[in-house]
Amino acid sequence: MSWLVGNAGQIWQLTVVHAALSAIPIVIGFALAIPVGWFANRHRASRGTVLAVVGVVYAVPSLPLFIALPSILGTRILDPVNVVVALSLYALAIMVRTASDAFASVDVDVLLSATAVGFSTWRRFWSVELPLAGPVLLSGIRVVSVSTISLLSVGSVIGVTSLGYFFLDGFQRGFALEILVGIVGTVVIAVVFDTVLTIVGRLLLPWARRRAASHRPATPAGADLAGAA
Amino acid sequence: MTEWHSAFGWLLDPANWSGPGGIPVRIGEHLLYTLVTLVIAVVIAVPVGVAIGHTGKGRALAVQSSGVLRALPTLGVLLLLALWLGLGFGPPLIVMVLLGLPPLLAGAYAGIDAVDRATVDAARSIGMTGWQVLSKVELPLALPIIIGGIRSGCLQVIATWTVAAYLPLGGLGRFIYDGLAVQNYAEMLGASVLVILLALIADALFALVQRLVVPRGVVVGRASDVRVRSSKRLATTSESTAG
Amino acid sequence: MIEFRSVTKQFPDGTVAVREFSLVIPSRRITVLAGSSGSGKTTILRMINRMVDPSSGAIEIDGADISTLEPVRLRRGIGYVMQNSGLLPHRKVVDNIATVPLLRGEKRKDARARALDLMDTVGLDRALADRYPSQLSGGQQQRVGVARGLAVDPNILLMDEPFGAVDPLVRAELQQELLRLQHDLGKTVVFVTHDIDEAFLLGDQVVIFKPGGVVAQIGTPQQILAEPADEFVTRFVGADRGKRALHVRSEGGRDVVLDADGRPAGVLVGAAPTRDEAGAAAAAPGASAQGDRPR
Repeated sequence: MSWLVGNAGQIWQLTVVHAALSAIPIVIGFALAIPVGWFANRHRASRGTVLAVVGVVYAVPSLPLFIALPSILGTRILDPVNVVVALSLYALAIMVRTASDAFASVDVDVLLSATAVGFSTWRRFWSVELPLAGPVLLSGIRVVSVSTISLLSVGSVIGVTSLGYFFLDGFQRGFALEILVGIVGTVVIAVVFDTVLTIVGRLLLPWARRRAASHRPATPAGADLAGAA
Repeated sequence: MTEWHSAFGWLLDPANWSGPGGIPVRIGEHLLYTLVTLVIAVVIAVPVGVAIGHTGKGRALAVQSSGVLRALPTLGVLLLLALWLGLGFGPPLIVMVLLGLPPLLAGAYAGIDAVDRATVDAARSIGMTGWQVLSKVELPLALPIIIGGIRSGCLQVIATWTVAAYLPLGGLGRFIYDGLAVQNYAEMLGASVLVILLALIADALFALVQRLVVPRGVVVGRASDVRVRSSKRLATTSESTAG
Repeated sequence: MIEFRSVTKQFPDGTVAVREFSLVIPSRRITVLAGSSGSGKTTILRMINRMVDPSSGAIEIDGADISTLEPVRLRRGIGYVMQNSGLLPHRKVVDNIATVPLLRGEKRKDARARALDLMDTVGLDRALADRYPSQLSGGQQQRVGVARGLAVDPNILLMDEPFGAVDPLVRAELQQELLRLQHDLGKTVVFVTHDIDEAFLLGDQVVIFKPGGVVAQIGTPQQILAEPADEFVTRFVGADRGKRALHVRSEGGRDVVLDADGRPAGVLVGAAPTRDEAGAAAAAPGASAQGDRPR
C-alpha cells in the first residue's frame, strides 16, 4: 500500500502517457481508414488488393515490427514514434477492413434514392453513407481501441515509456503489486476509452440505438476476429 | 541501410545456424510452442463457440469475456503469472491459451451464426436431428469462418510467444532479447525478419486452407453477389449524371 | 386424413398465433390455408410435422396423435417444400433430392437413382443433377424443392408459400405442374399462401384466416365465392371490388364473361346453360386466376 502512495505521481504520469500514446494511433488509423475503406468498397477491383495488403500488415507481429521500423524510418530505437507508427499501421489494418464492410453494409437502394433526390456524391457521402456506416465503424474502432491500448505496453521492452514499465520493473523486483497496478491501469484506460466511444456513438448515431440492443449486433465477423497481439 | 546489411550478415552467418541455440532450433521451438498452444485453444474454444452459435445461448457472455481477455495487456499477465507460478513453460502457456481463445471463439460462433437460418430451418423440417443439422449443414458452411478464427489466433500466438521470450524461454524471441541485452541490433533485426516471415507464411497457409474448405456450391454460383454488384454499378453510373 | 382438434398456439412472448383451431384435412386432396401474414397459417402448417408444438389441443394423422410420435421420424415421413426452396447450398441438386432417403439409411446408389427419376417427375432436365442450387433459376430451385419433398414418397406434402418468390409466369407454370402431379400421385397436400387466386386455383378445400389465427371460412372455392361468410371474406376474395362479380353478355353468338367494370374476363364454353348456372360457372376460379384476361 505504501508503494501505491509513494508512487502515485508516477502511476498517474505513466497512465496519462499511456493514454496519450494509444489515442494517437487510434485517431490516425480511423481517419486514414475511412477514405481507404470507402475507396476499396466503391471500386470493387481494388478491394481484393487493398484487403490483401492490409491483411499482410495485420499479420506482422508487434515486437519485430517495433524493432524493424527504426531502420526503415531512420529513427532511434527508443523513439516513441516507432511504436506510434506501428500501432497506427495495426489500427489502419483493422479499420480498413471494417470500413470497407461498413460501407458495403449500406443499403444500395438508399444510396440510389439519395442520388435520385439530388444529392451530389460529396454530400451523399457525408449525410448518407458515413452516418449509415456509423454503427459498423463504431464497432470497429472499439476493437482497435482495446487492442492498441493493450499492445502499447509491449513497447516497454525496447524502452518506450508506458504502463508497461511497471510490468518489467515489478518482475525484476519480484513485486507483484506493481505489475497488477500496470494491468489494472491498462484495463481502466481501455474501459474509459470504450465508454467514451460508446457515448460519442450514441450521440452521433441516435437512430442505431435500438438496433444495437437487438439480438444480433451489427458487428461484422471481421471486426470480431481482429485484435491480435 | 547498414542495419539491414548487418542484419542479413547475421542471418547468413553459418555460426548462427548450428548448435543448441541456433536458428533452426529456435524456429522449431517457436513452431512447437505455437502448435501446442493452438491445439489446446482449439480444443477448448471451437466446441464452445460452435455450441454458442448452434444454441444461440451464452453469446453475450462469450462476447463480454472475450472483450475482457482482449483488454488484458499480454506482457503484464505473462510476467505476473511467471512471478506467481514460477518460471518454465507452464505459466506462459496458460496465458497464451487464454489470449488465444477470443478469436477462436468468435470465429466459431460467428461462423455458425453466418449460416442462413432458413437453410437450418429447412434441414430441420425435412427431418434432420439436431446433431445432423450441426454436422451436415452448419459445420460445413461455417468452416471457412471457423478456420479464419484459428488463423487470427495463430498470428496472435506467434507474436505473443516472441514477446514472452522476455522470460527464460526458447523461440525466436530469444534472439531479440539476447541482442537487446548486448545492444546487438543486427541480431535483433535479423530475428525480427525471421518472426515476420514465419507469421506471413503461417498466414498464407491458413488463407489457402480457408479457401479450400469453402463448400463448392457456395462458391460456384454467387447469384446474390452478382445482383449486388450489378445494382452497385447502376448506382455508380447514375451518379456520374447527377454529379 | 389430418385432424386438428381445438388447437391453440401461444408463443413464449404472449402472442397467440392460433386460437381454438379445428379442421379436418381430407386425404388425397389439396387443402389451402390462405390469409395475410400474421394469420397463423404457417404456424398451423408447421404443427403438422411438429416444427411447432401446440400449447393445447390435439393433432392426429390417420387417427394417431402426433404428440406421441418422435418429431424427427415424423418429419422424415412427410414431404416439406418451402419458399426459397430451403435447399442445402453446399450439396448438388441430386444430393439435395436424395437427402432424406439417405438420412433414412437407404443405399447411396438407390437414393441417387430415384432422385434422377424424381427430376423427370417434376420436369427438371437430368443434366442439372450435378449443379449446385445457386446455379439454378428460382423456378428450377423450387422444382428441386418439390422433388426433395417427394423423395420418400410421403403420403403428406406440406407446402409453405412454395411459389411465393418466383415471377408470375414461372409461378403459373409451377401451379399447373403441381395440379398435374397431384392428379398423378394423389398426395394429401397442405398448401399455405397469401394469394387468393392461387388458393382458388389449387385448393379442393380452402381455409381463409383472419389475423390472429381465427378461421373466417372453410369450404370449396365455389362455396366461398357463392356465400362468403362475412365482410372479411368478401373483401379478401375480392368480390367487393367487382373482380369476382362476373356477368355474361352475348356477343357474336358467344357468351363473353365480363367483370364489374365491363372488361372481358373470358369466354363461356360448353353447353348453353341457364343464366343462373352460367354465373356460377364463370365465377369458378380458373377464369381470372390464370391471368389470361386481356388488358
